[in-house]
Amino acid sequence: MELTGAQALIKSLEHQGVDVVFGLPGGAILPVYDPLIDSTIRHILVRHEQGAGHMAEGYAMATGRPGVAIVTSGPGATNIVTPIANAHMDSTPLVVITGQVATKSIGTDAFQECDITGITMGITKHNFLVQSASQIPRIIAAAFHLATTGRPGPVLVDLPKDVAQSTMQWWWPESVDELDLPGYRSSFDIDEQAVTRAAELIEQSQRPVLYVGGGTLKARASAELLAFAERTGIPVVTTLMARGAFPDSHPQHLGMPGMHGMYSAVTAMQRSDLLISLGARFDDRVTGRLDGFAPDAKIIHVDIDRAEFNKVRRADVALHGDVRDIVRALDAATGKTLDLSAWWAQLRTWQSEYPLAYDPVSDDGLLRPQAVVEAIAQAAAPGTIVASGVGQHQMWAAQHWKYEEPGTWINSGGAGTMGFGVPAAIGAKVGRPDRTVWAIDGDGCFQMTAQELVTARSEGIPIKVAILNNAYLGMVRQWQEMFYEERYSEVYLSADLPDYVKWAEAMGCVGLRASTPAEMKQVIAEANEINDVPVVIDFRTDSSEKVFPMVPTGATNDDIMVHPSQRGARS
Amino acid sequence: MSAVPESYVGSSSTSPVTHHILSVLVENKAGVLARIAGLFARRGFNIYSLAVAPAEGHARFSRITIVVDAENTPLEQIVGQLDKLVNVVAISDLSPRDAVERELLLASVKVDELTRPAVLEAVANASASIVDVDAGAVTIMLAGTPAACDQFERRLEAFSDVELHRTGRVALSRLGRTNN
Ligand SMILES: Cc1ncc(C[n+]2csc(CCOP(=O)(O)OP(=O)(O)O)c2C)c(N)n1
Ligand SMILES: [Mg+2]
Repeated sequence: MELTGAQALIKSLEHQGVDVVFGLPGGAILPVYDPLIDSTIRHILVRHEQGAGHMAEGYAMATGRPGVAIVTSGPGATNIVTPIANAHMDSTPLVVITGQVATKSIGTDAFQECDITGITMGITKHNFLVQSASQIPRIIAAAFHLATTGRPGPVLVDLPKDVAQSTMQWWWPESVDELDLPGYRSSFDIDEQAVTRAAELIEQSQRPVLYVGGGTLKARASAELLAFAERTGIPVVTTLMARGAFPDSHPQHLGMPGMHGMYSAVTAMQRSDLLISLGARFDDRVTGRLDGFAPDAKIIHVDIDRAEFNKVRRADVALHGDVRDIVRALDAATGKTLDLSAWWAQLRTWQSEYPLAYDPVSDDGLLRPQAVVEAIAQAAAPGTIVASGVGQHQMWAAQHWKYEEPGTWINSGGAGTMGFGVPAAIGAKVGRPDRTVWAIDGDGCFQMTAQELVTARSEGIPIKVAILNNAYLGMVRQWQEMFYEERYSEVYLSADLPDYVKWAEAMGCVGLRASTPAEMKQVIAEANEINDVPVVIDFRTDSSEKVFPMVPTGATNDDIMVHPSQRGARS
Repeated sequence: MSAVPESYVGSSSTSPVTHHILSVLVENKAGVLARIAGLFARRGFNIYSLAVAPAEGHARFSRITIVVDAENTPLEQIVGQLDKLVNVVAISDLSPRDAVERELLLASVKVDELTRPAVLEAVANASASIVDVDAGAVTIMLAGTPAACDQFERRLEAFSDVELHRTGRVALSRLGRTNN
């Protein structure tokens, strides 16, 4: 069967089981958009290519399947660089297809030419420049294989226009061997001796902690983790990237560690004598000042990426491979039951002394942002998915919402990309139309990518957006208040400009506003009744509210600052 | 460190105190060198020298010999990150004591009646050879250990008007020592 390169690309995507792509056409990618008309694949036309990238990420994080975006060359390609970098930091499987100028024009500064494979070399797992149409099936299959296996990540395929227009004889690689990836391996044998050594460390430990990172979600290891944790009684912390990997309601869950983590989670790691790291990477936001991090802990480090071993913290036992397989192996190898009663007594004390705290009564009569998150959570159906932007609202959404299952918390962790929330929520809703999807966003973040609500409305994607409108770039304001003597520099945004309700309405969404606790309950109930169009709620929140607990940068986790109301009590 | 031969210890700026030689088999594809160079640059790894050539008997692969500084960055980190590049097929880590290393040096030296005997003597002493001559200059080649090249380079500093190029080293495991 003779096909054009463009037809071969679409057919390859169909062969990969792609049901939806996010994109926006232009000159160099034009040939690809023609066969798309006849394809079963749904295309979602975004208003900015950054939106396409974050939607693909939200889709991937909610479903576990790779997200796909298609954009044109030059500015189309550079507009999606931020989501690619974001996906690279958070190991999210993406396949991004960019148009490129015709082969003979490459290197001539042709119209809308840019070296996107060069630009994205350091922020993709791999990228390809397609040289002939006959390569397309192999390269697309390889792109999906790379994006989804091993440590997942973004893969970019740059397709010159003439290649898309030339013809090829259709074929499809039937096995991984045909992908021409002689340097790539994604499955690894478990080192049984290392498992034995790890099991010994676990059996000898008195204060173990399961330090659960995003890799546990990527490996779909939640069930194995639950079984292992319950059998051994070891306490669990879930990082910002792993919220939902272990139920928040579980009595063994101490919560999120890190800069804005729960006191009990942070302190348990600090005092631990054994950290069992499952798909986590000892990020600086978790460790605080490194030389004071968990000083007494031995480390069992489980990861699919061996470059993570000893990168930040020396591992006593490194276990290379799939987290799910290794947790199973550890569970099987750990025979002796642990007596952790003294440890648990200590943990329970920390939990009861320093629970998550905020003062529910605001000085200026505005809403407490934490109360808004809790009210939305209370009224939400089980399994509701939450996406967030980056800032204070992200931390409150991570702290005050209870995540019970994988794929329900979608945020930008490693890169901290403002504007991630709305498009990621849209992508998540496309992937999981059966679920309610809330974006818990900041006013600053919302202004970066809000135009994608036009996409949501026109494509029939009814997400709900809660803007925690504190009139500020709040997280930066918090740092200026605490560490720059309240010298506020370029952080004020205004609560009224723009008018979020009118803006929402102009984008075809329902716009609501709440400034008091009564209004808050009312609008949340109203929003929950609306299931055909997107809803945006402007929650007027207290500007002066800060995120606690907090470990200031440069401090060790021992110097964690709890909420002011708890400070006198600190022993 | 203790087992590193004398000649490798602090001999010159081109022979780092703690260096390792990575012999890296890569796919012969466009941009591979940029991927490797980019990785070293963005992770702050130091390269002392790098030599590339088609790999023995393969059109599909090239062999890159990279001399890296393993003092500032643990070798494990360099190898682990390098191994993640999809086009990297195999990495052998040759520690200097387990490797045969050679490098090629070419130098053109201006000579006149007065300096010619001294230049020829230096060439003879170093077991170098003269590969090109004209009325006013000679081109010298030395293939030898990096230390021998360092030494010869220092020897040539005695002369004015020297143009000198070195290839960077290539290396193989010593016979009888299988590294991987
Ligand atoms: C693209 C981008 N630019 C700048 C920053 C730095 N930054 C981090 S949080 C933040 C404030 C976010 O403001 P808002 O969305 O209103 O959230 P809030 O902290 O007020 O809840 C800024 C500017 C960032 N993370 N991303
Ligand atoms: Mg704000």
